[in-house]
Amino acid sequence: MSQTDRMATTNWTILFLCWLLASISTLGSLFFSQVVGFAPCVLCWYQRIFLFPLVILLAVGLFPLDKNIVKYALPLAIAGWLTALYHNLLYSGIIPESIQPCSKGVSCTEKYIDLFDFITIPMLSLLAFSTIIALLILLKRRITQ
Amino acid sequence: MKKYVIFGFSCLVLIVGFVFATSYYKGQQAKKFGFLAQENASIFIRDHSPMLGSDDARVYIVEFMDPACETCAAFSPFVKQMMAANPGKIKLVLRYAPFHDGADYFVKILEAAKKQGKYWETLDVMYKSQPYWASHHNPQPQKIWQFLPMAGLDLERIKQDMNDPAIAKLIEQDLADAKTLQVQKTPGFFANGKPLQNFGYQQLQELVYSELSANYSN
Repeated sequence: MSQTDRMATTNWTILFLCWLLASISTLGSLFFSQVVGFAPCVLCWYQRIFLFPLVILLAVGLFPLDKNIVKYALPLAIAGWLTALYHNLLYSGIIPESIQPCSKGVSCTEKYIDLFDFITIPMLSLLAFSTIIALLILLKRRITQ
Repeated sequence: MKKYVIFGFSCLVLIVGFVFATSYYKGQQAKKFGFLAQENASIFIRDHSPMLGSDDARVYIVEFMDPACETCAAFSPFVKQMMAANPGKIKLVLRYAPFHDGADYFVKILEAAKKQGKYWETLDVMYKSQPYWASHHNPQPQKIWQFLPMAGLDLERIKQDMNDPAIAKLIEQDLADAKTLQVQKTPGFFANGKPLQNFGYQQLQELVYSELSANYSN
């Protein structure tokens, strides 16, 4: 295997991991809403809007490896990350609840799961988007090298 | 080619994992509340709902009650007798439906008593002393206080705790669930999610025993 081949395989693997993470997150969020029956609040929906397309987008970019994929995937991931960040700030009370945009329907600050005082659903979302962004940036750097 | 295999295999693992997790979760739920449609479970039992009886019980009696309701008081010993006759098999879940004017006052006392670990004792005392304070023509809620020491309560703490807004909130929640489940009168009984359709001691017993034989067939 030549040097460039190996580089290409590693790049593919990074993108593949990205896709895998997006898919796991998507299935996880569907599990919470469809199986467990937690109604997604408005902010959750925005995060889902940015997350779900990544599953398709990244999969398409895998075959064959599309060097432009970061250009398309990163904006979605960043938008999702910002929403998740905002959601976490609301959730932890750093931003007061009174200015939340979602007073109707499901409250964005109602805690559904809270493991070890740390792992909440918005936190999982933030972690997923952060990792996806990190992987995409890593990929971008390797491609432009 | 290898990449397609990896990708395809991952898809398969994800889907199988999801299906497996779903069926596992539903199995666990079914074991826990075998009687309830999944999406309805929380309507019957909330985290704050007081429960009596073994965690392993397979028959759940959910009772929407009002501390100021005479019929609730009359049914209380009857339900306890059924529980005693079938040890470990029945779990009683109380929900509040304080339909009488001012009855949430007594629910607040009960919830405050829960913080002292005297919930069921207090409920007993309330039911027994009910004729003295809950006369329909002349309700005198303040009269309850003279009976409360019989449950071994610290009355000063009760007076502090009963104004906790969390209690008002949980009453609201219970009333909302009562509405959803179309409970309009107290006591409103459900055995494993099945409503008591014709009211009466005999009918309640039949409902509970049919659930007992369905869940303890062997």
